[in-house]
Amino acid sequence: MRPTRIFPLGENAVTVEFGNEMSEPLNDAANNLSAYFETHRFPGFVEAVPAIASATIFYDLIAVRKSFLEFKTAFEAIKQLVEDATEHLADTPPVNNRIVQVPVSFDAENALDLEFIAENSGLTKSKVIEIFLSKTYRVYMLGFLPGFAYMGVVDERIAVPRKSSPRLIVPKGSVGIAGQQTGIYPNESPGGWQIIGKTDLDLMTPDRDSPCLFQPGDSVRFLSNKL
Amino acid sequence: MSLLIQKEGILTTVQGRGNYRLQRFGINPGGAMDRTAARLANLLVGNAQPELVIEMHFPAAEIVFEHSCVFALGGADFRASLNGNPIENWSCLFAERSSVLKFEKKAGGNRCYLAVKGGFDVAADRFENRRLKKGDRIALKIPLKEEKWLGKRRVSTSMLPVYSSFPTVRILEGGEINYLSDVDRQALTEENFVVTNDSNRMGFRLKGPKFKPLQTTEMVSSAVSFGTIQLLPDGHLIVLMADHQTSGGYPRIANVISIDLPLLAQLAANDKVAFELIGIDEAERVTTQFEQDVERLRIGCGFGRYW
Repeated sequence: MRPTRIFPLGENAVTVEFGNEMSEPLNDAANNLSAYFETHRFPGFVEAVPAIASATIFYDLIAVRKSFLEFKTAFEAIKQLVEDATEHLADTPPVNNRIVQVPVSFDAENALDLEFIAENSGLTKSKVIEIFLSKTYRVYMLGFLPGFAYMGVVDERIAVPRKSSPRLIVPKGSVGIAGQQTGIYPNESPGGWQIIGKTDLDLMTPDRDSPCLFQPGDSVRFLSNKL
Repeated sequence: MSLLIQKEGILTTVQGRGNYRLQRFGINPGGAMDRTAARLANLLVGNAQPELVIEMHFPAAEIVFEHSCVFALGGADFRASLNGNPIENWSCLFAERSSVLKFEKKAGGNRCYLAVKGGFDVAADRFENRRLKKGDRIALKIPLKEEKWLGKRRVSTSMLPVYSSFPTVRILEGGEINYLSDVDRQALTEENFVVTNDSNRMGFRLKGPKFKPLQTTEMVSSAVSFGTIQLLPDGHLIVLMADHQTSGGYPRIANVISIDLPLLAQLAANDKVAFELIGIDEAERVTTQFEQDVERLRIGCGFGRYW
Protein backbone atom coordinates (compact mmCIF):
# COMPACT_ATOMS: atom_id res chain seq x y z
CA MET A 1 0.00 0.00 0.00
CA ARG A 2 1.25 3.48 -0.84
CA PRO A 3 1.53 6.05 1.92
CA THR A 4 -0.77 9.04 1.79
CA ARG A 5 1.82 11.25 3.51
CA ILE A 6 5.47 11.05 4.60
CA PHE A 7 6.56 13.86 6.92
CA PRO A 8 9.18 14.66 9.58
CA LEU A 9 8.34 14.17 13.27
CA GLY A 10 11.18 16.42 14.37
CA GLU A 11 14.57 15.97 12.71
CA ASN A 12 15.15 12.45 14.05
CA ALA A 13 11.99 10.68 12.90
CA VAL A 14 9.76 10.31 9.87
CA THR A 15 6.07 9.43 10.04
CA VAL A 16 4.57 7.42 7.21
CA GLU A 17 0.81 7.70 7.09
CA PHE A 18 -1.44 5.29 5.19
CA GLY A 19 -4.77 6.89 6.05
CA ASN A 20 -6.78 8.14 8.99
CA GLU A 21 -9.04 5.32 10.09
CA MET A 22 -9.01 2.11 12.09
CA SER A 23 -9.00 -0.52 9.37
CA GLU A 24 -7.15 -3.79 8.95
CA PRO A 25 -5.49 -2.99 5.59
CA LEU A 26 -4.11 0.33 6.88
CA ASN A 27 -2.94 -1.30 10.11
CA ASP A 28 -1.33 -4.16 8.14
CA ALA A 29 0.54 -1.61 6.05
CA ALA A 30 1.80 0.15 9.21
CA ASN A 31 2.87 -3.11 10.86
CA ASN A 32 4.48 -4.48 7.71
CA LEU A 33 6.51 -1.34 7.11
CA SER A 34 7.71 -1.34 10.72
CA ALA A 35 8.61 -5.03 10.55
CA TYR A 36 10.45 -4.40 7.28
CA PHE A 37 12.71 -1.78 8.85
CA GLU A 38 13.27 -3.90 11.96
CA THR A 39 14.67 -6.62 9.68
CA HIS A 40 16.28 -4.35 7.04
CA ARG A 41 18.07 -1.93 9.32
CA PHE A 42 19.84 1.03 7.75
CA PRO A 43 22.84 2.78 9.33
CA GLY A 44 21.43 5.06 12.02
CA PHE A 45 18.15 3.14 12.42
CA VAL A 46 16.81 3.43 15.97
CA GLU A 47 13.35 1.91 15.92
CA ALA A 48 10.12 1.62 13.96
CA VAL A 49 6.89 2.35 15.79
CA PRO A 50 3.65 1.20 14.21
CA ALA A 51 0.43 2.99 15.13
CA ILE A 52 -3.17 2.54 14.00
CA ALA A 53 -2.71 3.68 10.40
CA SER A 54 0.87 4.95 10.35
CA ALA A 55 4.42 3.95 11.14
CA THR A 56 7.15 6.20 12.48
CA ILE A 57 10.81 5.51 11.83
CA PHE A 58 13.20 6.94 14.44
CA TYR A 59 16.84 7.41 13.42
CA ASP A 60 20.14 8.99 14.33
CA LEU A 61 20.37 11.99 12.06
CA ILE A 62 24.17 12.11 11.99
CA ALA A 63 24.61 8.44 11.11
CA VAL A 64 22.04 8.68 8.32
CA ARG A 65 23.67 11.77 6.84
CA LYS A 66 27.07 10.08 6.90
CA SER A 67 25.76 7.00 5.11
CA PHE A 68 23.52 8.63 2.52
CA LEU A 69 25.74 11.40 1.18
CA GLU A 70 23.86 11.56 -2.12
CA PHE A 71 20.83 13.02 -0.32
CA LYS A 72 20.68 16.63 0.76
CA THR A 73 18.98 15.73 4.02
CA ALA A 74 18.55 12.65 6.17
CA PHE A 75 14.80 13.17 5.80
CA GLU A 76 15.05 12.83 2.01
CA ALA A 77 17.14 9.68 2.40
CA ILE A 78 14.66 8.01 4.76
CA LYS A 79 11.75 9.10 2.59
CA GLN A 80 13.39 7.32 -0.33
CA LEU A 81 13.96 4.18 1.76
CA VAL A 82 10.30 4.25 2.78
CA GLU A 83 9.11 4.62 -0.79
CA ASP A 84 11.31 1.74 -1.92
CA ALA A 85 10.09 -0.39 1.00
CA THR A 86 6.39 0.25 0.41
CA GLU A 87 6.83 -0.62 -3.25
CA HIS A 88 8.55 -3.83 -2.22
CA LEU A 89 5.84 -4.61 0.36
CA ALA A 90 2.99 -3.94 -2.08
CA ASP A 91 0.82 -6.97 -1.33
CA THR A 92 2.64 -8.72 1.47
CA PRO A 93 0.26 -10.57 3.79
CA PRO A 94 0.29 -9.48 7.45
CA VAL A 95 3.39 -10.64 9.28
CA ASN A 96 1.64 -11.40 12.54
CA ASN A 97 -0.90 -14.21 12.93
CA ARG A 98 -0.67 -14.75 16.67
CA ILE A 99 -3.89 -15.31 18.58
CA VAL A 100 -3.97 -14.37 22.27
CA GLN A 101 -6.76 -15.59 24.54
CA VAL A 102 -7.81 -13.41 27.45
CA PRO A 103 -10.05 -14.81 30.23
CA VAL A 104 -12.30 -12.11 31.67
CA SER A 105 -14.44 -11.92 34.79
CA PHE A 106 -17.68 -9.99 34.29
CA ASP A 107 -18.65 -10.12 37.98
CA ALA A 108 -20.23 -6.94 39.30
CA GLU A 109 -17.18 -6.07 41.43
CA ASN A 110 -14.97 -6.10 38.29
CA ALA A 111 -17.39 -4.90 35.62
CA LEU A 112 -17.56 -1.37 37.01
CA ASP A 113 -19.47 0.12 34.07
CA LEU A 114 -21.35 -2.89 32.68
CA GLU A 115 -24.59 -1.48 34.05
CA PHE A 116 -23.94 1.84 32.29
CA ILE A 117 -22.94 0.18 29.00
CA ALA A 118 -26.13 -1.90 29.09
CA GLU A 119 -28.27 1.17 29.78
CA ASN A 120 -26.47 3.18 27.12
CA SER A 121 -27.03 0.46 24.51
CA GLY A 122 -30.54 -0.49 25.60
CA LEU A 123 -29.49 -4.13 25.98
CA THR A 124 -29.34 -6.52 28.92
CA LYS A 125 -26.00 -7.03 30.64
CA SER A 126 -25.77 -10.63 29.43
CA LYS A 127 -26.48 -9.53 25.86
CA VAL A 128 -23.71 -6.91 26.10
CA ILE A 129 -21.28 -9.60 27.27
CA GLU A 130 -22.42 -11.99 24.55
CA ILE A 131 -21.85 -9.36 21.85
CA PHE A 132 -18.50 -8.42 23.36
CA LEU A 133 -17.30 -12.05 23.39
CA SER A 134 -18.56 -12.82 19.89
CA LYS A 135 -15.75 -10.99 18.08
CA THR A 136 -12.06 -11.47 17.50
CA TYR A 137 -10.28 -8.19 18.06
CA ARG A 138 -7.06 -6.91 16.59
CA VAL A 139 -4.32 -5.07 18.48
CA TYR A 140 -4.15 -1.91 16.40
CA MET A 141 -1.47 -0.29 18.49
CA LEU A 142 0.16 -0.21 21.92
CA GLY A 143 0.30 3.13 23.66
CA PHE A 144 -1.13 5.37 26.37
CA LEU A 145 0.53 3.19 29.02
CA PRO A 146 3.29 0.59 28.62
CA GLY A 147 1.59 -2.54 27.29
CA PHE A 148 -1.84 -0.92 26.82
CA ALA A 149 -3.32 -2.39 23.61
CA TYR A 150 -5.79 -0.41 21.55
CA MET A 151 -8.04 -3.12 20.14
CA GLY A 152 -10.91 -3.02 17.70
CA VAL A 153 -13.40 -3.01 16.34
CA VAL A 154 -16.12 -3.21 19.02
CA ASP A 155 -19.63 -3.94 17.72
CA GLU A 156 -21.38 -0.60 17.37
CA ARG A 157 -24.38 -1.85 19.38
CA ILE A 158 -22.22 -1.82 22.53
CA ALA A 159 -19.93 1.11 21.61
CA VAL A 160 -19.94 3.68 24.40
CA PRO A 161 -18.28 7.08 24.90
CA ARG A 162 -15.49 7.54 27.44
CA LYS A 163 -16.49 8.60 30.94
CA SER A 164 -16.99 12.36 31.09
CA SER A 165 -14.76 12.46 34.15
CA PRO A 166 -12.01 9.84 34.22
CA ARG A 167 -11.68 7.50 37.20
CA LEU A 168 -8.70 8.34 39.38
CA ILE A 169 -8.00 4.65 39.83
CA VAL A 170 -8.80 1.93 37.33
CA PRO A 171 -7.72 -1.45 38.74
CA LYS A 172 -5.00 -3.44 37.03
CA GLY A 173 -6.38 -5.85 34.42
CA SER A 174 -9.59 -3.87 33.83
CA VAL A 175 -11.03 -4.34 30.34
CA GLY A 176 -12.52 -1.12 28.99
CA ILE A 177 -14.47 0.18 26.03
CA ALA A 178 -14.06 3.64 24.49
CA GLY A 179 -16.11 4.23 21.37
CA GLN A 180 -15.48 1.18 19.19
CA GLN A 181 -12.15 0.44 20.83
CA THR A 182 -11.42 -1.93 23.66
CA GLY A 183 -8.31 -2.11 25.82
CA ILE A 184 -6.89 -3.57 29.02
CA TYR A 185 -5.17 -1.55 31.77
CA PRO A 186 -1.79 -3.30 32.32
CA ASN A 187 -1.44 -1.60 35.69
CA GLU A 188 -3.53 0.44 38.07
CA SER A 189 -3.88 3.88 36.56
CA PRO A 190 -6.27 6.80 36.12
CA GLY A 191 -8.46 6.32 33.06
CA GLY A 192 -11.71 7.15 31.32
CA TRP A 193 -12.63 3.94 29.52
CA GLN A 194 -15.90 2.22 30.49
CA ILE A 195 -14.96 -0.95 32.36
CA ILE A 196 -16.76 -4.09 31.22
CA GLY A 197 -14.71 -6.70 33.11
CA LYS A 198 -11.32 -7.69 34.43
CA THR A 199 -8.63 -10.22 33.57
CA ASP A 200 -6.05 -11.77 35.88
CA LEU A 201 -3.61 -12.16 33.01
CA ASP A 202 -0.31 -10.31 33.49
CA LEU A 203 0.18 -7.96 30.54
CA MET A 204 3.79 -7.14 31.31
CA THR A 205 6.54 -9.75 31.20
CA PRO A 206 10.08 -9.54 32.56
CA ASP A 207 11.47 -10.18 29.06
CA ARG A 208 13.49 -7.11 28.09
CA ASP A 209 13.10 -7.58 24.33
CA SER A 210 9.42 -8.44 24.37
CA PRO A 211 8.17 -6.92 27.61
CA CYS A 212 4.44 -7.15 26.87
CA LEU A 213 1.92 -9.90 26.39
CA PHE A 214 0.55 -8.14 23.33
CA GLN A 215 2.29 -7.20 20.11
CA PRO A 216 0.99 -4.92 17.37
CA GLY A 217 -1.21 -6.91 15.00
CA ASP A 218 -2.13 -9.70 17.46
CA SER A 219 -5.61 -11.20 17.27
CA VAL A 220 -7.35 -11.30 20.63
CA ARG A 221 -10.24 -13.49 21.85
CA PHE A 222 -11.89 -12.65 25.16
CA LEU A 223 -13.32 -15.61 27.08
CA SER A 224 -15.66 -15.54 30.03
CA ASN A 225 -13.87 -17.24 32.92
CA LYS A 226 -17.30 -18.55 34.00
CA LEU A 227 -17.69 -20.76 30.92
CA MET B 1 31.75 2.98 47.00
CA SER B 2 28.65 5.01 46.63
CA LEU B 3 26.95 8.37 46.93
CA LEU B 4 24.66 8.89 49.88
CA ILE B 5 21.58 11.06 49.70
CA GLN B 6 22.01 12.80 53.05
CA LYS B 7 19.10 15.17 52.59
CA GLU B 8 16.42 14.60 50.03
CA GLY B 9 15.65 17.09 47.27
CA ILE B 10 12.27 18.07 45.88
CA LEU B 11 12.60 15.77 42.86
CA THR B 12 15.85 13.89 42.40
CA THR B 13 16.01 10.97 39.98
CA VAL B 14 18.56 8.86 38.15
CA GLN B 15 18.19 9.35 34.39
CA GLY B 16 19.72 8.01 31.22
CA ARG B 17 19.62 9.35 27.72
CA GLY B 18 16.35 7.59 26.91
CA ASN B 19 15.79 3.90 26.24
CA TYR B 20 14.58 3.65 22.68
CA ARG B 21 13.52 0.47 20.81
CA LEU B 22 10.46 -0.34 22.94
CA GLN B 23 8.07 2.40 21.84
CA ARG B 24 6.04 -0.09 19.80
CA PHE B 25 5.00 -1.61 23.15
CA GLY B 26 3.92 1.79 24.41
CA ILE B 27 7.08 2.06 26.50
CA ASN B 28 8.40 5.59 26.53
CA PRO B 29 12.15 6.25 26.22
CA GLY B 30 12.15 8.63 29.21
CA GLY B 31 15.60 9.88 30.17
CA ALA B 32 17.07 13.23 31.20
CA MET B 33 15.01 16.33 30.38
CA ASP B 34 18.12 18.32 29.41
CA ARG B 35 20.00 15.71 27.44
CA THR B 36 22.71 18.12 26.38
CA ALA B 37 23.61 18.90 29.99
CA ALA B 38 23.64 15.18 30.80
CA ARG B 39 25.86 14.46 27.79
CA LEU B 40 28.35 17.24 28.41
CA ALA B 41 28.65 16.38 32.11
CA ASN B 42 29.38 12.79 31.12
CA LEU B 43 32.00 13.86 28.59
CA LEU B 44 33.68 16.11 31.13
CA VAL B 45 34.30 13.26 33.54
CA GLY B 46 35.63 11.17 30.67
CA ASN B 47 32.80 8.70 30.28
CA ALA B 48 33.02 7.17 26.83
CA GLN B 49 29.49 5.79 27.21
CA PRO B 50 26.49 7.94 28.01
CA GLU B 51 26.27 6.92 31.66
CA LEU B 52 23.35 7.57 33.98
CA VAL B 53 23.26 10.94 35.71
CA ILE B 54 21.39 12.33 38.70
CA GLU B 55 18.78 14.92 37.71
CA MET B 56 17.97 17.47 40.41
CA HIS B 57 15.38 20.19 40.90
CA PHE B 58 15.59 22.95 43.47
CA PRO B 59 15.72 22.58 46.45
CA ALA B 60 18.20 19.88 45.50
CA ALA B 61 19.50 16.93 47.46
CA GLU B 62 22.51 17.06 49.76
CA ILE B 63 24.94 14.37 48.70
CA VAL B 64 27.88 12.72 50.45
CA PHE B 65 30.63 11.16 48.37
CA GLU B 66 31.37 8.05 50.41
CA HIS B 67 34.31 7.34 48.17
CA SER B 68 36.65 9.71 46.36
CA CYS B 69 35.17 10.53 43.03
CA VAL B 70 35.60 12.57 39.85
CA PHE B 71 32.41 14.39 39.03
CA ALA B 72 30.88 17.24 37.01
CA LEU B 73 27.75 19.34 37.27
CA GLY B 74 25.84 20.61 34.27
CA GLY B 75 22.55 22.25 33.41
CA ALA B 76 20.94 24.63 35.87
CA ASP B 77 23.15 26.69 38.17
CA PHE B 78 22.13 25.89 41.74
CA ARG B 79 25.21 27.57 43.30
CA ALA B 80 26.84 24.31 44.27
CA SER B 81 29.41 23.91 46.99
CA LEU B 82 31.74 21.10 47.97
CA ASN B 83 32.56 21.04 51.68
CA GLY B 84 31.42 24.65 51.82
CA ASN B 85 33.60 25.87 48.95
CA PRO B 86 31.75 27.17 45.89
CA ILE B 87 32.25 25.07 42.75
CA GLU B 88 31.41 25.71 39.13
CA ASN B 89 29.16 23.95 36.69
CA TRP B 90 30.57 22.47 33.46
CA SER B 91 33.84 21.63 35.10
CA CYS B 92 35.47 18.32 35.92
CA LEU B 93 36.13 18.19 39.66
CA PHE B 94 37.49 15.87 42.30
CA ALA B 95 35.77 15.02 45.56
CA GLU B 96 37.69 13.46 48.43
CA ARG B 97 36.04 10.71 50.37
CA SER B 98 33.33 12.05 52.74
CA SER B 99 32.96 15.33 50.83
CA VAL B 100 29.53 16.93 50.98
CA LEU B 101 27.88 18.41 47.92
CA LYS B 102 25.25 21.08 48.58
CA PHE B 103 23.23 23.46 46.49
CA GLU B 104 22.49 26.93 47.82
CA LYS B 105 20.07 28.68 45.46
CA LYS B 106 18.57 28.76 42.01
CA ALA B 107 20.62 31.05 39.81
CA GLY B 108 19.52 30.13 36.29
CA GLY B 109 17.72 27.07 34.96
CA ASN B 110 15.67 24.47 36.80
CA ARG B 111 17.36 21.11 36.30
CA CYS B 112 20.91 20.35 37.38
CA TYR B 113 22.81 17.19 36.46
CA LEU B 114 25.50 15.30 38.34
CA ALA B 115 27.71 12.90 36.41
CA VAL B 116 30.46 10.78 37.97
CA LYS B 117 33.45 9.19 36.35
CA GLY B 118 32.60 5.60 35.43
CA GLY B 119 28.91 6.19 35.97
CA PHE B 120 26.43 4.87 38.51
CA ASP B 121 25.71 1.20 38.96
CA VAL B 122 21.98 1.16 39.51
CA ALA B 123 20.89 -1.89 37.52
CA ALA B 124 20.46 -3.97 40.63
CA ASP B 125 18.80 -1.23 42.63
CA ARG B 126 16.32 -0.15 40.01
CA PHE B 127 16.77 3.49 40.93
CA GLU B 128 16.28 4.64 37.38
CA ASN B 129 13.42 7.11 37.22
CA ARG B 130 12.43 6.69 40.86
CA ARG B 131 12.62 9.55 43.34
CA LEU B 132 15.75 9.34 45.44
CA LYS B 133 15.07 9.45 49.16
CA LYS B 134 17.09 10.28 52.22
CA GLY B 135 19.37 7.37 52.99
CA ASP B 136 19.52 6.04 49.42
CA ARG B 137 22.97 4.92 48.37
CA ILE B 138 23.76 4.98 44.66
CA ALA B 139 26.66 2.73 43.83
CA LEU B 140 29.53 3.90 41.63
CA LYS B 141 30.61 1.53 38.90
CA ILE B 142 34.30 2.10 39.25
CA PRO B 143 36.32 3.03 42.30
CA LEU B 144 38.78 5.79 41.48
CA LYS B 145 42.36 5.58 42.60
CA GLU B 146 43.29 9.07 43.72
CA GLU B 147 46.69 9.09 42.04
CA LYS B 148 44.94 8.73 38.68
CA TRP B 149 43.28 12.12 39.06
CA LEU B 150 45.23 14.48 36.83
CA GLY B 151 43.48 17.81 36.87
CA LYS B 152 40.66 20.05 35.89
CA ARG B 153 39.00 20.60 32.57
CA ARG B 154 35.91 22.46 31.50
CA VAL B 155 33.60 22.97 28.55
CA SER B 156 34.41 26.05 26.51
CA THR B 157 31.66 28.60 26.99
CA SER B 158 30.94 28.77 23.26
CA MET B 159 29.53 25.24 23.44
CA LEU B 160 27.29 25.70 26.43
CA PRO B 161 23.54 26.05 26.03
CA VAL B 162 22.52 29.65 26.70
CA TYR B 163 19.74 29.16 29.22
CA SER B 164 17.19 31.91 29.71
CA SER B 165 13.79 32.27 31.33
CA PHE B 166 12.49 33.50 27.97
CA PRO B 167 14.25 31.53 25.24
CA THR B 168 13.41 31.38 21.56
CA VAL B 169 13.33 27.76 20.47
CA ARG B 170 13.39 26.57 16.88
CA ILE B 171 10.57 24.40 15.59
CA LEU B 172 9.80 22.35 12.51
CA GLU B 173 6.33 22.16 11.01
CA GLY B 174 4.35 19.21 12.33
CA GLY B 175 2.20 16.78 10.38
CA GLU B 176 -0.99 18.67 11.22
CA ILE B 177 0.25 22.26 10.86
CA ASN B 178 -2.60 22.80 8.39
CA TYR B 179 -5.06 22.53 11.28
CA LEU B 180 -4.05 26.14 11.95
CA SER B 181 -5.35 29.10 9.94
CA ASP B 182 -2.84 31.54 8.43
CA VAL B 183 -3.58 33.98 11.23
CA ASP B 184 -3.00 31.32 13.89
CA ARG B 185 0.19 30.18 12.16
CA GLN B 186 1.48 33.70 12.32
CA ALA B 187 0.57 33.90 16.01
CA LEU B 188 2.53 30.70 16.64
CA THR B 189 5.81 32.43 15.81
CA GLU B 190 4.94 36.03 16.70
CA GLU B 191 3.30 35.66 20.09
CA ASN B 192 4.84 34.52 23.35
CA PHE B 193 3.76 31.51 25.36
CA VAL B 194 3.83 31.08 29.12
CA VAL B 195 4.69 27.77 30.77
CA THR B 196 1.76 27.00 33.09
CA ASN B 197 1.73 25.27 36.47
CA ASP B 198 0.26 22.27 34.71
CA SER B 199 3.71 21.24 33.48
CA ASN B 200 5.89 18.31 34.40
CA ARG B 201 8.30 15.75 32.94
CA MET B 202 5.54 14.47 30.65
CA GLY B 203 4.73 17.79 29.05
CA PHE B 204 4.56 21.56 29.41
CA ARG B 205 1.16 23.14 28.92
CA LEU B 206 1.49 26.59 27.42
CA LYS B 207 -0.74 29.62 27.73
CA GLY B 208 -0.82 31.90 24.73
CA PRO B 209 -3.16 32.91 21.95
CA LYS B 210 -6.13 30.58 21.77
CA PHE B 211 -6.11 28.68 18.48
CA LYS B 212 -9.17 27.56 16.62
CA PRO B 213 -8.49 24.39 14.61
CA LEU B 214 -9.67 24.57 10.99
CA GLN B 215 -10.44 20.88 10.98
CA THR B 216 -12.36 18.96 13.56
CA THR B 217 -11.99 15.48 12.07
CA GLU B 218 -10.66 13.19 14.76
CA MET B 219 -7.22 11.78 14.12
CA VAL B 220 -6.45 8.15 14.81
CA SER B 221 -3.55 7.92 17.27
CA SER B 222 -0.10 8.22 15.77
CA ALA B 223 3.44 8.52 17.13
CA VAL B 224 4.64 11.59 18.99
CA SER B 225 8.10 12.47 20.20
CA PHE B 226 10.05 14.49 22.79
CA GLY B 227 9.40 18.05 21.58
CA THR B 228 6.15 17.43 19.71
CA ILE B 229 3.78 20.39 20.10
CA GLN B 230 0.14 19.31 20.11
CA LEU B 231 -2.98 21.43 19.83
CA LEU B 232 -5.37 20.47 22.62
CA PRO B 233 -9.17 20.64 22.25
CA ASP B 234 -9.22 23.78 24.45
CA GLY B 235 -7.20 25.67 21.80
CA HIS B 236 -3.95 25.72 23.78
CA LEU B 237 -0.64 24.02 23.13
CA ILE B 238 1.26 21.32 24.98
CA VAL B 239 4.91 20.51 24.34
CA LEU B 240 5.67 16.88 25.06
CA MET B 241 8.73 16.39 27.25
CA ALA B 242 10.92 13.42 28.23
CA ASP B 243 8.21 11.26 29.84
CA HIS B 244 5.59 11.76 27.11
CA GLN B 245 3.29 8.97 25.98
CA THR B 246 4.43 7.20 22.83
CA SER B 247 1.39 8.14 20.76
CA GLY B 248 -1.36 10.68 20.69
CA GLY B 249 -4.48 11.72 18.84
CA TYR B 250 -4.16 15.51 18.99
CA PRO B 251 -2.95 17.51 15.97
CA ARG B 252 0.84 17.77 15.85
CA ILE B 253 1.40 21.42 15.05
CA ALA B 254 5.18 21.44 15.30
CA ASN B 255 8.25 19.77 16.77
CA VAL B 256 10.97 21.53 18.75
CA ILE B 257 14.35 20.65 17.26
CA SER B 258 16.33 18.39 19.55
CA ILE B 259 19.24 20.74 20.21
CA ASP B 260 16.82 23.42 21.47
CA LEU B 261 14.96 21.06 23.81
CA PRO B 262 17.41 21.80 26.65
CA LEU B 263 16.36 25.48 26.54
CA LEU B 264 12.79 24.36 27.09
CA ALA B 265 13.75 21.69 29.63
CA GLN B 266 15.32 24.35 31.86
CA LEU B 267 12.10 26.35 32.16
CA ALA B 268 9.73 26.44 35.13
CA ALA B 269 6.12 27.58 35.49
CA ASN B 270 5.61 31.24 34.52
CA ASP B 271 8.71 31.34 32.32
CA LYS B 272 8.04 32.29 28.73
CA VAL B 273 9.01 30.87 25.37
CA ALA B 274 8.85 32.05 21.76
CA PHE B 275 9.02 29.87 18.67
CA GLU B 276 11.01 30.34 15.49
CA LEU B 277 9.96 28.22 12.53
CA ILE B 278 12.79 26.72 10.46
CA GLY B 279 12.92 24.17 7.63
CA ILE B 280 14.21 20.61 7.76
CA ASP B 281 17.41 21.57 5.86
CA GLU B 282 18.28 24.18 8.44
CA ALA B 283 17.33 21.88 11.34
CA GLU B 284 19.63 19.16 10.05
CA ARG B 285 22.42 21.67 9.40
CA VAL B 286 22.41 23.15 12.91
CA THR B 287 22.07 19.73 14.53
CA THR B 288 25.02 18.42 12.53
CA GLN B 289 27.08 21.47 13.50
CA PHE B 290 26.25 20.89 17.16
CA GLU B 291 27.19 17.22 16.97
CA GLN B 292 30.53 18.16 15.40
CA ASP B 293 31.20 20.46 18.36
CA VAL B 294 30.31 17.68 20.78
CA GLU B 295 32.62 15.33 18.90
CA ARG B 296 35.47 17.85 19.24
CA LEU B 297 34.83 18.05 22.96
CA ARG B 298 34.75 14.28 23.17
CA ILE B 299 38.14 14.03 21.51
CA GLY B 300 39.42 16.91 23.63
CA CYS B 301 38.38 15.07 26.77
CA GLY B 302 40.68 12.24 25.72
CA PHE B 303 39.02 9.11 27.02
CA GLY B 304 41.16 6.75 28.94
CA ARG B 305 43.59 9.34 30.26
CA TYR B 306 42.52 8.73 33.83
CA TRP B 307 42.11 4.99 33.74
